[in-house]
Amino acid sequence: MIEPIDFTAWSCPLPLRSYPTIVMGHGGGGKLSAELVEHLFAPAFRNAALDALGDAAVLTLESGRLAYSTDSFVVRPLFFPGGNIGKLAVNGTVNDLAMMGAKPRYLTAGFILEEGLLVSQLGVIVEEMAAAARTAGVQIVAGDTKVVDRGHGDGVYINTSGVGIIPDGIDIRPQRAQPGDVVIISGEIGLHGVAILSVREGLEFGAPVESDCAPLNGLVEAMLAASHAIHVLRDPTRGGLAATLNEIARAARVGVVYEERKLPVPPAVAAACEMLGMDPVYIANEGKLVAVVAPEAADVVLEAMQRHPLGAKAAVIGRITAEHPGVVVARTGIGGSRVVDMQVGEQLPRIC
Amino acid sequence: MKYLDEFRNPEIAQRLFDEIRRMTTRPWAIMEVCGGQTHSIIRNGIDQLLPPQIELIHGPGCPVCVTPLETIDKALMIAAQPGVIFCSFGDMLRVPGSEKDLFRVKSEGADVRIVYSPLDAVKLAQANPEREVVFFAIGFETTAPANAMAVYQAKQLGLRNFSMLVSHVLVPPAIAAIMESPATRVQAFLAAGHVCTVMGYWEYEPLVERYHVPIVVTGFEPLDVLEGIRRAVAQLEKGEARLENAYPRAVRREGNVPAQKMLADVFEVTDRAWRGIGVIPRSGWRLSERYREFDAEARFAVANIRTQESPLCRSGEVLQGLLKPNQCPAFGKECTPRTPLGATMVSSEGACAAYYQYGRFVQVEDIPVAPSV
Repeated sequence: MIEPIDFTAWSCPLPLRSYPTIVMGHGGGGKLSAELVEHLFAPAFRNAALDALGDAAVLTLESGRLAYSTDSFVVRPLFFPGGNIGKLAVNGTVNDLAMMGAKPRYLTAGFILEEGLLVSQLGVIVEEMAAAARTAGVQIVAGDTKVVDRGHGDGVYINTSGVGIIPDGIDIRPQRAQPGDVVIISGEIGLHGVAILSVREGLEFGAPVESDCAPLNGLVEAMLAASHAIHVLRDPTRGGLAATLNEIARAARVGVVYEERKLPVPPAVAAACEMLGMDPVYIANEGKLVAVVAPEAADVVLEAMQRHPLGAKAAVIGRITAEHPGVVVARTGIGGSRVVDMQVGEQLPRIC
Repeated sequence: MKYLDEFRNPEIAQRLFDEIRRMTTRPWAIMEVCGGQTHSIIRNGIDQLLPPQIELIHGPGCPVCVTPLETIDKALMIAAQPGVIFCSFGDMLRVPGSEKDLFRVKSEGADVRIVYSPLDAVKLAQANPEREVVFFAIGFETTAPANAMAVYQAKQLGLRNFSMLVSHVLVPPAIAAIMESPATRVQAFLAAGHVCTVMGYWEYEPLVERYHVPIVVTGFEPLDVLEGIRRAVAQLEKGEARLENAYPRAVRREGNVPAQKMLADVFEVTDRAWRGIGVIPRSGWRLSERYREFDAEARFAVANIRTQESPLCRSGEVLQGLLKPNQCPAFGKECTPRTPLGATMVSSEGACAAYYQYGRFVQVEDIPVAPSV
């Protein structure tokens, strides 16, 4: 007969700071959870709404339409050249809001931690989230933490949700692309995907490649200050530029034509693609946007982008056409053309 | 990237197109043997810029496309066994076997990994002595030296937990099989530059003589492909049949001799089934007697698996240039890139997949087709 164990009087003999790793108790809602909030999250994200530590953040917003978005981040490895999962989680949701023309205001953050994660690693991730939030001018006002058994997660998963205000007179959505509109990309493509691939697979492509992970709301604000004739904004993340252009073509029932020679492809990305048989237009970006702009406003929007540090290499790459609705066509370097479809699954390195 | 922009120069491409257009007086059917060339042709839109009389037939040179269904079923069976780490090049993962693909087996719990070199699989075997590491060795002569090196290293290291599922295929017997077919429409070949980098081109001299067919060793960049086509058309228009090397910056007549020695040590010639085509005598490599202990088929007792191809799929005729993809009754109906019946619909360079994309907004009747001979 086994003696029943009495848990009621039990408490962890050690305070949080002497645990070098995450243990199951950090998600248990007890003292360990509270200490994680008190010593890590609250000081890093510090703001009035969060400091109230209520069951929900209470926010006051100016009038206008609300944009609201959510995204989950499961990137492997957690740390990569140019960022980490925390920076990605903040910028990802900030950018989703910005692509509707919204001014991002508040984010929430949900953490799923794997037992055994180094607290020091979590600390760096949280610090970088706080820094990214400051850069983007948003506040992280609510959060949640759960812990899963070792082997049931990849260290950290983060979900962020966010709200932003869409100013009056702004109507940006994929359906508004119309024949004659000009397609602009804000800078060099393929950097995030190649940076991840290089660390994940231990491959080198000449020069080291850093992720382009960055908040785009400042760039969008500069563009909108130049003109309101911006019809569509999209950030070409997973699936790359090809997926984004296809989504626009299908949503607006228009065709898209772009010139391959005008795509800004950095040499290291081009080298990686040559080596692996991939195409830069299918590779993920985390700090770029595609703008579809009325032709008469294209010059002023492009100039506004090029004046902003995140748009310095912005370029016109193509246009919207009434021909071949729903289909994206690339004009190739030697003057041919081909259909650029979405991928079925993930892009796979070709054998030869 | 250095050494690439020079071979993508649009002005020189235009001059080559003009020259091909000027010299072409009648319809010609030219087969590019290699999937990499097909990819370059589609990716750059070369086929649409050629004069309508020139028909490019996409040959059986995509290693993913020609790997038989039976071999893929064997791979799936081995990958699903507990304790196995199954390593493959990325684009094999989506190729359907009779019931599933490697992605699906992976989702069901198998340890399937994409590697970039077979030597990575050898490293995995060293790092995981308690696991069986299997490498899926497919491809033409191009990928063979690295695969041979992997087996050679495994033997040197005395690795007992490394093996290879080998389905290597060879170009010259495939060219002979196409020319032997009474229905063949191919009048000239662009030989695969990278295959010839390894093997040289002396093997093609007897083919040119026996079948009186021009063969031009051709590279992969747009200007390389155009130069190959230009030389093939020039020969056809003059009624000549010669072996030419249009890729001299990478190919010598004798090829890479040390690599050939390694291949001769590790592999031996065998009859090989090609997906959609059937068995071509002496058209493949298997592990030689000295390295037979690394044969995954024997180690995992899958040698007796037998599989039938879909009766609807006519990819064999497509691969031989006897049928245009859009002339197949299953094209775009039972068979699409999401529900492929044959591998020509799976691989991005497969002829059927290329037609499916292109034909979506171009009337299929507008796609140039040379008249049947």
